Amino acid sequence: MGLALVLALIVAPEDADQGISQRIFYIHVPIALTAYFCFGLGAVKALLLLWRGDERYDLESYVAIHQGTIFGALTLITGAIWAKASWGVWWTWSSNQLVLFLVLFLFYCAYFMLRYSLEDGPRRARSSAVYALFGVALIPVSFLAIRLAEDFIHPTVFTRDGPQMSGTMFATFVVSWGAVTLLAYVLYRVELAGKRLDADLRELREALQ
Amino acid sequence: MIRGRDVEKRYGRKRVLRGVDIAVPRGGFAVVTGANGSGKTTLLRLLAGLALATRGDLVVDVDRSQIGYLAHEPLVYRELTAMENLDLFGRLYRVPERRERIGMLLERFTLWEVRNERVSTYSRGMTQRLALCRALLHDPDLLVLDEPYSALDEDGAAVLDAELEGLAGKHTVVLATHDPDRVAQLQTARLALA
Amino acid sequence: MTYLADVAALTRKDLRVELRGRDTLPAMLLFVLSTLVVFHFAIPDDAGESAAYGLLWVAIVFTALLGLARAWVPEQEHGVLDGLVLAPCDRSAIWLGKTLATLAFLLAAQAVALPVFVLFFEPLDATALAGVLLADIGICAVGSLMSAMAAAARAREVLLPLLVLPLAIPLVVGGVGAAVSADGERFLLFLLLYDAVFAVLSWASFEYVVTE
Repeated sequence: MGLALVLALIVAPEDADQGISQRIFYIHVPIALTAYFCFGLGAVKALLLLWRGDERYDLESYVAIHQGTIFGALTLITGAIWAKASWGVWWTWSSNQLVLFLVLFLFYCAYFMLRYSLEDGPRRARSSAVYALFGVALIPVSFLAIRLAEDFIHPTVFTRDGPQMSGTMFATFVVSWGAVTLLAYVLYRVELAGKRLDADLRELREALQ
Repeated sequence: MIRGRDVEKRYGRKRVLRGVDIAVPRGGFAVVTGANGSGKTTLLRLLAGLALATRGDLVVDVDRSQIGYLAHEPLVYRELTAMENLDLFGRLYRVPERRERIGMLLERFTLWEVRNERVSTYSRGMTQRLALCRALLHDPDLLVLDEPYSALDEDGAAVLDAELEGLAGKHTVVLATHDPDRVAQLQTARLALA
Repeated sequence: MTYLADVAALTRKDLRVELRGRDTLPAMLLFVLSTLVVFHFAIPDDAGESAAYGLLWVAIVFTALLGLARAWVPEQEHGVLDGLVLAPCDRSAIWLGKTLATLAFLLAAQAVALPVFVLFFEPLDATALAGVLLADIGICAVGSLMSAMAAAARAREVLLPLLVLPLAIPLVVGGVGAAVSADGERFLLFLLLYDAVFAVLSWASFEYVVTE
């Protein structure tokens, strides 16, 4: 599976022959979409935790959000590279997408601070779940806020151009998106399995004592 | 009224209660003993409904409004007076004839004189007595008391003895204590936690 | 309705506790006034009038955080929160009572701070004030919940701002926009949306934060 992933990720950019800026786009946008998806998944698991009360969902929610945050960080990094390649600056406030991710990134980092500060147990699971739900509510609200803020924050200096996609470009995009999603899924399963294994080992050790 | 089998409670990795069986019929008087750290408080919290068991079945067949709980902490506001505290809880518990009931309890536990003083001025014993008033305020069917005799002086303890005697048989009581002999006459069941 | 009666009893209790203890409100007041004075020295001359509004909102958010950090302290002394959770009333009533009380304190602090702001810096019109009110509601609603979450945690003084600030960003946008923009009503509507979404979310999820 890993091999297929790597191949897909390399092939996709090579198909695009428009230069670095466009190539990054093929990675940047799928990564961003995947991050959104992970946050959404985390929220769904959180809702299930609160509704069903099964603590298994806590770990699943946590791992999903962890993945989402990693991909969010990657979004910011690839976004910065793209900005540098397209406009010559590492950061710009005029890209709503990037600003939104910055806010979300801060929010979800606080999620980990929350988990870190609470003792393991139902309290932590529930508080994390509630916070995860606030996260997805924040996504559209923040987006709206950032749009509105354009009114009085620096006027848009750079035109926000999304490249028009022709057939082959679109195909490349889809392949890239598929590859990134697959990567996220694999990472999710790996991390989840790893954490579950940890927990099981601990239980075993305790039972033997 | 209370039926529990193989009850387990863990907080993350820490297992506080394990394999506990408990059965208390209506009107029963159960005494829970055990060393510090054996999980008495956790068990009582589960019975009061403040926490859910991680594993096992635990059924407490009584509505939240009919449970009176006395914890290690007094569960009263420091900056409010006894009257204000009981008035607040009286409202939240929808106690009928609130004023009269509060007056009666304060008198019984000899807090009437200080009813308009802030709890922050009370001694430990007085605070404990107020906590008892709070637990008994709504005349609950089930009383869950976590070491009620601690911090009480002889007079206070005597009042509590009388109170418990009056309640035994009619209300269900679960009491955790280091001094089980005190209530040995009233008890119908004993549970010793390891 | 007994629900509202419960909320009223709880809010009254919070107001009474604050009146007796006098911990929170004076601190909030002094903090916001000090901050405004600091701002005078912090804004360069040529920054333009809008900068002042931005700083006002920073002051408001941090003052609110100060109040929120202390919001659940009375419930933690003597473990009273358990007592409230055990009561037959709806747990969300506990949240609502606390939110209303915190809102009252914030408004009280602003009743002094806003005139001072106008005195030191820039005028505030009706739209700006409406923005302040709506944003106050939002921050108290969300903040009460987050404060309850943080209350059980280590390093809670540090945790609370971390949890609240990202959520406060849209409120700042709304508030500053209402004060600065020509089309202030849009921002008021936005704040209304924020309040509706997050107040309902906080109201509904409080139960899960205080029970196990």
